[in-house]
Amino acid sequence: MPPKIPHTTRRLFLGSSASAAVLAGLPIRAQTPAEPDISLEDYTPEFLDAAEWAFILAATARIIPSEGEGPGALETRVPVFIDRQLAGDFGAAVDLYMEGPFVADADPFLGTQSPLTPAEVYRQAIPAFDAWCERTQGAGFGALAPEVQDAALQALADGETDLAPELRDFWALLLQNTKEGYFADPMYGGNAGMQSWIYIGFPGARANFLEWVGRDEVYPMGPVNIAGERA
Amino acid sequence: MARTDPKKDVVIVGLGWTGSIMGIELAKEGLEILALERGPERSTVPDFQYPNVIDELKYGIRFGFMQKPRNSTITVRRNVDETALPMRKLGSFLPGDGVGGAGIHWNGQTWRPMANEYNLRSYVIENFGEDAIPDGMTIQDWGVTAEELEPYYDRFEYMAGIAGQAGNIQGEIIPGGNPFEAPRSRDYPMPPLPEQTDSRMFREVAGQMGYHPFPRPSANASIAYTNEYGMQLGPCNFCGFCERYGCLNYSKSSPQTCILDALRRYDNFSYRVNSEVLRVDLAVDGRTATGVTYWDEEAQEEVIQPADLVILAAYQLHNVHLMLLSGIGEPYNPASGEGVTGKNYSYQMNGGTTLFYRDVEFNPFAAAGSSGVSIDDFAINQIDFGAEGFIGGSYITAGLSNGQPIRGISLPRGTPSWGAGWKQGIGEYYGHAMSIGSHGSNLSYQDCYLDLDPNYTDRHGRPLMRMTFDWKPNDIRMTQFMRARIEEIAQEMGADSWQSSFKSEGARYDIRPYQTTHNVGGAIMGTDPNTSAVNRYLQAWGQHNVFVLGAGAFPQNIQYNPTGAVGALAYWAAEAIVNDYLPNPRPLV
Repeated sequence: MPPKIPHTTRRLFLGSSASAAVLAGLPIRAQTPAEPDISLEDYTPEFLDAAEWAFILAATARIIPSEGEGPGALETRVPVFIDRQLAGDFGAAVDLYMEGPFVADADPFLGTQSPLTPAEVYRQAIPAFDAWCERTQGAGFGALAPEVQDAALQALADGETDLAPELRDFWALLLQNTKEGYFADPMYGGNAGMQSWIYIGFPGARANFLEWVGRDEVYPMGPVNIAGERA
Repeated sequence: MARTDPKKDVVIVGLGWTGSIMGIELAKEGLEILALERGPERSTVPDFQYPNVIDELKYGIRFGFMQKPRNSTITVRRNVDETALPMRKLGSFLPGDGVGGAGIHWNGQTWRPMANEYNLRSYVIENFGEDAIPDGMTIQDWGVTAEELEPYYDRFEYMAGIAGQAGNIQGEIIPGGNPFEAPRSRDYPMPPLPEQTDSRMFREVAGQMGYHPFPRPSANASIAYTNEYGMQLGPCNFCGFCERYGCLNYSKSSPQTCILDALRRYDNFSYRVNSEVLRVDLAVDGRTATGVTYWDEEAQEEVIQPADLVILAAYQLHNVHLMLLSGIGEPYNPASGEGVTGKNYSYQMNGGTTLFYRDVEFNPFAAAGSSGVSIDDFAINQIDFGAEGFIGGSYITAGLSNGQPIRGISLPRGTPSWGAGWKQGIGEYYGHAMSIGSHGSNLSYQDCYLDLDPNYTDRHGRPLMRMTFDWKPNDIRMTQFMRARIEEIAQEMGADSWQSSFKSEGARYDIRPYQTTHNVGGAIMGTDPNTSAVNRYLQAWGQHNVFVLGAGAFPQNIQYNPTGAVGALAYWAAEAIVNDYLPNPRPLV
């Protein structure tokens, strides 16, 4: 999908002079990990509505929590990534074979057979899962205590939340998209400040390691992103 | 509406490895050639250039260089009693599209099969008796020998620029190479790539155990090199973005780096992109092809392209699909065992053991696609099939090919797949795991085949091709044997912990996780028109001016990555066409 010029990431945050430097191929020394210009609370989603956005914030915060070492989904702006993916070609299933007949409850080994696009799966599964939370836990997902949220997500992962067959890929999509947003190049809206790459020790888009082959040593350089920024 | 274009001498369907090889070899003969490529134009610049190609999401995860199921897919079922369903998104395998085909996005492992893989059926009967072949297994001989094909492997390896270490040169065993390989006429054109930490650790332990480790033969250049067409490769810089990506560094052998710029200089060769061939058109009597009909995406119309010679050089699945749609060869019938087109589809039986070392820095991002170390002590020519109770073999290998984090970080069993435990796990274990894999044969069976689906159609209204395939006990026994050998090695490697993933009894084919893009068979070569789709020169038995290149020719899958054999067979067929067919067009057998 064509990378749009992100409007909430470092590239605009750095300002026009920094962008010009990127275009000129000059290295940019990033300061600290990104301070996004628009907070997640103030971000206006492209695809998700308010309730869906609140759910994605709450769910991704449990899938990759902030506590412990390393950044969480919220610090890395994973929800922005998910919103943009759902607004674009991925959400619309533009690459997928979407001709019927559909056998949504087929053996999972035969792959996804839902008639719904990924964006439609999110749109229908979020309220269905929220309703299951209310029915079984007494409140919508966002209002539950963190440990209850974790149990609810585990039930979702285990296929125990009464989702219709055409929605059964929801957990797999949510988990995959969350990890994508955590690790993908920051130009897609997540992995703010390359924090996930710093955390695990992945050097990003450096793409030249010949002199490092076979050396059992910690690689000393921080990551670089596709825009040429360093962290 | 259809337009009819002026006749060509040759039309080539697909401009990947085999189409490019055949294109340049026939262009030298002065023939008027048109290649039709269903996908877009692709060149190193701009399509693979730094830094844009170093984008894991776009290419590694969203499959930017692969075929889009919306445009082209298959249906799958595990047995003849199931209703096949469409592969709606890619998973198990990743066919490419566009100029260069799958030749741009492979890792570059470039092997030659063992000598006994070409005559597997005869070899088994001769050494272990006909009863060693289980009911329903339909293995066949290829109709060619390692000796006959050796010059064509040599040609392909020197054209592509393969880095490796010979193990057997004209019968002399060379220390440090694979002592079990079939004799080769000379060494590889390039020395092996530098060795990564995981490969060194595996090599040392395997050697201590009495095995014969050798560097994996690799289509990632280790030195600067100029090939027979004047194309130049530069040494691989271990960028860590090989498989699923085009090479930014002119280091990975591909049609782009090894052939296409030389081919474009021939005025008698031209190609069209975004031009998907819909069918091969046959003469009224069905005994020759008259050309092809394709969809011109730009003009939004069908085009009839007459030609004297039709070369099917698409990916294995698409060659077979075109044959089924066009009436080339009788479709295979699994009930009777009769018919040939679509027969003996097979895949690859792989497994692996992951080893964790908290104190070793593997730096998996510093990787070439196909650097690594292998042993062939359990190859298909080293195993007593009678004693072990299976037919087949594997090479066993180590060599990290990338450190891309979305594609997966190996974590010790029991680590959660999300939440605080997952986050802690990736912090502790990224760069601290290696794996030892087995890459093994997958044999052919009466009920594993390709035909046309009765329910689903593509965007042109053509039936999708239907794949009927499942794992079989023979091959599961083979991979379990390899598991035991690999775990013996893992025990010696001093890891903090290790864990295995191999198919076990009752395993079913799961199309979701990536396994390998080594789909073979369906257009199998042989010596008998009643049991094979093409003759030993890859010429259709029923239409002498149709040649079908690629891994579709394999009567069962070899224990190796297929590209070496695909390239050698393309040169073998090209020479037969130039020397024998063009002077006197006719069935060559």
